Amino acid sequence: MAATKSSVVPGFGPTLGFTLFALGLIVLMPLAALFLRASGMGWQQFVQAAFSPRVMSAYALSFGGALAAAAFNAVAGLLLAWVLVRYRFPGRRLMDAMVDLPFALPTAVAGIALTTLYAPKGMLGGLLAGLGVKVAFTPLGVMVAMVFIGLPFVVRTVEPVLQDIDADWEEAALSLGANRLQVFLRIILPSILPALVTGFALAFARALGEYGSVIFIAGNIPGVSEIAPLLIVTKLEQYDYAGATAIAAVMLVVSFILLLIINTVQKWQRRLYQ
Amino acid sequence: MKPSLTEAPWARYALTAAALAIVLLFLALPLFVVFSEALAKGVAVYGRALSDPDTLSAIRLTLTVAAIAVPFNLVFGVAAAWCVAKFDFPGKSILVSLIDLPFSVSPVVSGLVYVLLFGAQGWFGPWLAAHHLQVIFAVPGIVLATVFVTFPFVARELIPLMEEQGTDEEEAAVVLGAGPWQVFFRVTLPNIKWGLLYGVLLCNARAMGEFGAVSVVSGHIRGLTVTTPLQVEILYNEYNFTAAFAVASLLALLGLVTLVAKSVVEWRFGGELAANRRH
Repeated sequence: MAATKSSVVPGFGPTLGFTLFALGLIVLMPLAALFLRASGMGWQQFVQAAFSPRVMSAYALSFGGALAAAAFNAVAGLLLAWVLVRYRFPGRRLMDAMVDLPFALPTAVAGIALTTLYAPKGMLGGLLAGLGVKVAFTPLGVMVAMVFIGLPFVVRTVEPVLQDIDADWEEAALSLGANRLQVFLRIILPSILPALVTGFALAFARALGEYGSVIFIAGNIPGVSEIAPLLIVTKLEQYDYAGATAIAAVMLVVSFILLLIINTVQKWQRRLYQ
Repeated sequence: MKPSLTEAPWARYALTAAALAIVLLFLALPLFVVFSEALAKGVAVYGRALSDPDTLSAIRLTLTVAAIAVPFNLVFGVAAAWCVAKFDFPGKSILVSLIDLPFSVSPVVSGLVYVLLFGAQGWFGPWLAAHHLQVIFAVPGIVLATVFVTFPFVARELIPLMEEQGTDEEEAAVVLGAGPWQVFFRVTLPNIKWGLLYGVLLCNARAMGEFGAVSVVSGHIRGLTVTTPLQVEILYNEYNFTAAFAVASLLALLGLVTLVAKSVVEWRFGGELAANRRH
């Protein structure tokens, strides 16, 4: 990096000042307020609000669903990245652009579209109902929405690493008598593993906090298909600010832990390539 | 690519077909449903749904909110990228992580934190009430929540790009006698313009489409605090599906335009973007 403290480039003071001011006012102060509010509740009240049976089953669905969706996305995302990087076929660019759709499509739109698609009389829901599988208004529907929202993360983190893999390693392995599967498992997979883990964690974090695309298809039956973010909204609508704050504090702590894990994995990835 | 370095043809076809199936099933089909449902009862019904006064005021509010939130985050993103990328100072990596923080917070929590600050029960609630100011269940709260969720977009696109470009050109300009604004507008801005446009596009798409955070602070007052995504929810919950999808189709169109513009910028100016190297 060329920049130093003694640089003649102007504007350090004002830009840093404005950055810290905006960050403090918009992001840090509101988040701190939430933790202060939660810490002012008293332990007993906090535990009662944050870990009641109804909340626990919402966590179970949010965490379990996000985990399952991220696992599915790890496999599907790796497949998409592989095909996009390694094969040439008509429509590849269109497929590449489509992968980002969940980033660009507002979540409420995705939510009502998925619900209509997977409802018992919907295009896919009707087919699946014939097989005896119910998707909309069940935990499975929650997972479908979480898969939709998390898919691009794995593709976009794995893609550039897959692109950078040195063909020499693969050639060396092949000339030493390895077959295609061995090359994948011994050469390619270890190189993309950090990126795959990062993509998995990003997809998991996003699915965990997701609201708009999930609430329509979930049906929101307490104890069955009610996710944790929805419970925060429900508590707020009942003017139960303490209850909403307690659940939000738990979710925030989990987000911070996930962020820490993602940063650690990314450091590992950088070390691997230095 | 040498034949030895790829899979057998049958495996290639099978993998490509599987990838295509995932894209069609999970991505293309939901998008198709939005438009087919919106137009299911004909163009006349579609037009009537869009010209409903509540829908029009929701669209106006969405445009207003984006017109405040996006420029704010543009200025913030450029300022943050400038001090982070052009200078070294202690705590820089922590600052970068903190700028990214809103991405890992659930949208619902993003809205809730403002209710706890500015709501009737919040810290500043009594003071705001005494001065007849309303933030929550009003437009200022919607703007704040939108700024929060779109906070990192421009900064995280510009920081890696500007770090890579270094400070040589700016230093040369200063030595030749350029003032601070001249350095920015004549030297830096031309170097980062495509990256900036890219960040603004993504920021705008999220600002206009945000649902969770806005839903918490809005109060759903028709004609006043209902944004376009919230209008979709209201219509849908009233079983007015055609109208819901008609409004949703506008947002889907916004998403498609964003995708196309983003892809064009990536293909034509990929070398001048950080996104292609960083992801």
